[in-house]
Amino acid sequence: MHPAPSVIIFSVLSGLGFGFMAYLALGFLSLTGLWAFGGWAIGYGLAVVGLLAATAHLGNPQRALLAFSQWRSSWLSREGWVAVLALLALAPIALGDWLGFGVPYVWRGLAAALALITVFCTAMIYCQIKAVPRWHHWLTPVVFMGFALAGGALLAMQATLAFVLLLGLAVVMLALFHLGDRQFARAGASMESATGLGGIGKVSVFEQPHTGGNYLLREMIFVVGRKHAMKLRLIAVLFAAVLPALMAAVGGVALMLAAVLVHLVGAFAARWLFFAEAEHVVGLYYGKR
Amino acid sequence: MTCLPGATQKKLGLAIDLDTCVGCHACVTACKGWNDQGYGAPLSDQDAYGAEPSGTFLNRVHSYQVQPDQGAAQVINFPRSCLHCEDAPCVTVCPTGASYKRVEDGIVLVNEDACIGCGLCAWACPYGAREMDQDAGVMKKCTLCVDRIYNENLPEEDREPACVRTCPTGARHFGDFNDPDSKVSQLAAARGGFDLMPDMGTRPTNKYLPPRPKDKRAEASLLAPLLDIQATGFAGWLDRVLGRI
Repeated sequence: MHPAPSVIIFSVLSGLGFGFMAYLALGFLSLTGLWAFGGWAIGYGLAVVGLLAATAHLGNPQRALLAFSQWRSSWLSREGWVAVLALLALAPIALGDWLGFGVPYVWRGLAAALALITVFCTAMIYCQIKAVPRWHHWLTPVVFMGFALAGGALLAMQATLAFVLLLGLAVVMLALFHLGDRQFARAGASMESATGLGGIGKVSVFEQPHTGGNYLLREMIFVVGRKHAMKLRLIAVLFAAVLPALMAAVGGVALMLAAVLVHLVGAFAARWLFFAEAEHVVGLYYGKR
Repeated sequence: MTCLPGATQKKLGLAIDLDTCVGCHACVTACKGWNDQGYGAPLSDQDAYGAEPSGTFLNRVHSYQVQPDQGAAQVINFPRSCLHCEDAPCVTVCPTGASYKRVEDGIVLVNEDACIGCGLCAWACPYGAREMDQDAGVMKKCTLCVDRIYNENLPEEDREPACVRTCPTGARHFGDFNDPDSKVSQLAAARGGFDLMPDMGTRPTNKYLPPRPKDKRAEASLLAPLLDIQATGFAGWLDRVLGRI
């Protein structure tokens, strides 16, 4: 799949933002006054910049409001709803922390839950797609939630919690790399099943349907960059999880903030790979993956 | 609403005969020609006369080489377009309701006025049936020529999809798969029409008719008796002399 920068920026930044704001809502980082304003501004900034980046992906963004209409069937629509509800529910908590008034714990819990459900919905947009077997695995939402929770804990200066969650993130990332490699074969799709000609013999491409490029080849049959996939996987796990975990183990505000930046580098590498490594079954018609 | 209808009154679709298709791409051209006008945004091209031409098409014809365990390979031409699935994954993922499946005839369509061009439906389709138009920024797909099949301004013989109407070998058939007596239902039953990628659980309406088995002769070649020629007379003498040198 084509790793579109807009979608990578969206899912990495808004995931981190919503994860961080879940911790803020639950009072892990008891900020007051201008510090509270700054903290919440970072959370809202990450989430909103991410959501705006996502609209850059659209062919007709002026109609984006219509995307709220199909929450019954569409994870993308649900994500839109939950993101807006989370941002609204978090607002009184942010104002309370800044201006010094209390918000009931039930409300704080609800808002934190909505923030995390947003990340879950983002993951389900990819996880639901059967035609991309690597994504169609229950570990996909686990990894997305892992990034939000571990990255959020780092930003919220929770050294011990971040250490544990980052190690957990490393495990689920490795697990999804390992299992993901086997998903395409497990889905049972082959050139023989795609064409239905397997009963006659072994199918190969004789001539492509067109000599130029097209939308399918650009969007779904993206094969550039897989050459370095193994190195990038290593970079992703080291930078997103292992190094920040070690930095969190040492602790200290400066080191924790540096750990957030290291984590972000790894998160971008991991999310780029999430798209670049994903193979769509339509590639079978072109004899490519 | 992008929830799928439980059942549709008709199941309009195509039966595509892989035995008779000669891979001429006339259906590709006819489809592009018809869908350049009338229904929805015209199928655009980018850099059409330049170094890297590219464009939106709703129908593509692949050519495969199929190698049996024994004997010569076969070339099979393979048109690929929207299968108007009963469990169309492209419809349910749509966030705006632009994608829908019609209750009356089962055609899967895009309401381009509501399409935001997010591309998620194209990701969800295992068959690559949807292509985003680069000019209009909306998703294009086969409409089963919905603006032809019900069009009373056209002569009756033209009220079928452009690809079917134009096919010079009669490899494409259009009809209602809900009607067991229709031509397409009969063809699918008689010829063992099959679904593409049944593992994807999409329950396609379109059926592909497999290539008929090739004749197999007992002898490897009709020319075999002629290959072992014993020369006689002058030629035989020459053969023996030349063989000895």
